[in-house]
Amino acid sequence: MASEVNTDFLHDKKLDSIAADILRPVGITQGFIVWMGFLGISLLACIYAYYIQFDKGLIVTGLRDYISWGMYIANFVFFVATSLVGMLISSVLGLIGFKWVKPIARIAEIIAVAFAAIAGLVIVSDMGRPERLPYVFMYGRIQSPIIWDVTVVTTYLVISTLLYFLPLIPDLAISKGRMGHTPKWLQKTYEILAVNWKHTPKQYQILLKAVRIMLILIIPTAFAIHTVTSWLFAVTLRPGWDSSIFGPYFLTGAFVAGSAAVVIMMYFVRTNYKLDKYLTEHHFDMMGKLLVLVSIVYLYFNINEYLVPGFKMKTAEAIHLKDLFVGDWAFMFWSVQLLGLVIPIILLLFKFFRKPLSMFVISIVVLIAAWFKRLIIVVPTQDHPFLPIQHVPKAWMVYQPTIVESAITIGTLLLVIIIITVLVKFFPVIPIWEMAEEQNEIDSKSKE
Amino acid sequence: MSQNSNGTGHEHTSREEDNVNSRRAFFKNFGLFGAVAAVGGAAIYSGYEYQESKPGHDMVKVLTSDNRIVEVPRDQIKDVKVDTDQLQKQGREGLKGHRFVMVIDLSKCRNARKCISACQGAHHLRPYEYHINTLVMQESEHTAPYFMPKPCQHCDNPPCVAVCPVDATFKRQDGIVLIDNERCIGCRFCIAACPYSARLFHWEEPLMAESDKGKPYNIELNVPQRKGTITKCLFSSDRLREGKLPYCVSACPNGVYYFGDENQDAVTNGTTKETFRLSELLKVNAGYQLMAELGTKPRVYYLPPKNRLFEFKDEKDPVQETT
Repeated sequence: MASEVNTDFLHDKKLDSIAADILRPVGITQGFIVWMGFLGISLLACIYAYYIQFDKGLIVTGLRDYISWGMYIANFVFFVATSLVGMLISSVLGLIGFKWVKPIARIAEIIAVAFAAIAGLVIVSDMGRPERLPYVFMYGRIQSPIIWDVTVVTTYLVISTLLYFLPLIPDLAISKGRMGHTPKWLQKTYEILAVNWKHTPKQYQILLKAVRIMLILIIPTAFAIHTVTSWLFAVTLRPGWDSSIFGPYFLTGAFVAGSAAVVIMMYFVRTNYKLDKYLTEHHFDMMGKLLVLVSIVYLYFNINEYLVPGFKMKTAEAIHLKDLFVGDWAFMFWSVQLLGLVIPIILLLFKFFRKPLSMFVISIVVLIAAWFKRLIIVVPTQDHPFLPIQHVPKAWMVYQPTIVESAITIGTLLLVIIIITVLVKFFPVIPIWEMAEEQNEIDSKSKE
Repeated sequence: MSQNSNGTGHEHTSREEDNVNSRRAFFKNFGLFGAVAAVGGAAIYSGYEYQESKPGHDMVKVLTSDNRIVEVPRDQIKDVKVDTDQLQKQGREGLKGHRFVMVIDLSKCRNARKCISACQGAHHLRPYEYHINTLVMQESEHTAPYFMPKPCQHCDNPPCVAVCPVDATFKRQDGIVLIDNERCIGCRFCIAACPYSARLFHWEEPLMAESDKGKPYNIELNVPQRKGTITKCLFSSDRLREGKLPYCVSACPNGVYYFGDENQDAVTNGTTKETFRLSELLKVNAGYQLMAELGTKPRVYYLPPKNRLFEFKDEKDPVQETT
């Protein structure tokens, strides 16, 4: 991102057409009302499921004393993982100077904000005493990784929100007078959120500086949130969790899930809002290459994580690994490794598959596999504690998620989709000023 | 006037009358005084006797919190309402000067499961909720199976305490690891961290939630148990405060358990009440700790299951049969 901004683009005629394209889908449409109505009603059912759990206790889940972390914790890890892509795309790629990430950056930030915001709620859904959440702040003990997690997830959410909002300010100001098709209250909201933006070069300079600081700050924060999340497992003594590479293993896995989520959202925006001029086949091609890269790195960590203990087969590790490779978890394990990692890598090496539709399909499979991958990390380890599970009801020995539990998990996903829908539908999803600036640069170069 | 002419006779009689009167008055006065004196004396006497009788019959010996025995009049004793705050304070502090330790002799355990039922009764638990559980163990294919009672190991390097985000589970000065169910948020990180599967969670309303309602919470007994929180073996710290052996230790019919104080190097068998030197007992019998290689430093020692004088019989699972 350049430190100096040439504000010539504001007087360029191209700005009008770009703004018109990007602002056209903004506002309340019939489709939006139907979609939100569907999400809202489904969410109500899920809230009712949570009410049942709150009333009766966690007995309504499939969790018991031996497998006491299940779908909720897996879902939490998945949410934190997916949200990391905001850092990867805007910060890492943006700071290096890749221009193609510009129209995607805001999509990545929306995913980061939505998933990070709901990740906290997911954890609350797993708590036996959710009303005691304030105790974490009142009586927090610094040596517990949960306190580290709460601290960094909150920090990440704040920085991601700023990274979404700050570059949006000029767009909100540009939108003034171009929002005739939208309701009055939305125009008013834009005016307030635009904080009296005047498009002066000085303002742009400050904005870019602030964004740059945030982009740098978010890198260690993002590394911290997923590393700390992995430590919730790695600090225990249990075989399958007791691993020194869990930090990077989780982090690289996060980029796979996040990149897939970005591709899915790009596809929706491109086809539904007819923004194929801005989210071109080139962008999908580049995202395909990115997905291959992060998947290969993740595959490398997977090989380390499973092959090394698999070679030694220490008693406790052996029970766990046999369960994954050829036992009760084998089907899920191999499906996830093949469908979510190996096959996508092979396919996406070919340009033929790095097209929008095929990328969209592959990404959906990758994202679903990423969710189950978290379940495989969380649950099987608890199936075999050091000491045998004896003299308890049979149902306590196997984790069988219940309908209530699944509904609550789906509810958190719905909340993420609701946040994404609102942000996408009420605000420009592609940065108008950055697109206009880029266009202006290209034009002036071609004139020379 | 005519009375005056016979004056002397009259005079005499009147003088006599005066004397009689004064004598009567005297007796009268004396009687009054006597009555008063008698009553007063009796009162003083009885008061004296009352004072005398008090120390002999109405003094009570009381043990103060700093371990002194003192005498106080019975009528001055007031019942202190034991409230949660006080129980919390003493429960978190622990018993000064002690380092409690348990020794479990595996060569004597016949899976009577009396320890389990005593524990479950005291802590208001269901038959499948264990602070202590007897497991059937077998080290490897060709080694002999044996029964292993497994309470919380009260580790000196407790993984559960390290991960607790809110100080709900903590280590006391006497070595005991307790859980405060008024603080616990129910995250179950401690369950994930404990390699001994010593902790359980109240997934639903506890067994005696109704009848325990309103009782002050005793952190050393963890009663009333509470939905959505953790519970675990407490080394019966409520009994230790009274100078008694833990519930499981006293209930064992087979002499499996020894319990005592590492500082005194002494442990007492719960069945025979014989006291042994801890170091000697461990040395002679090759005592060991469970999974010592994990570095948790347990406060529970095991004596190996050697020279068993009974046949190993693994009866059907008690819980599977009832549920």
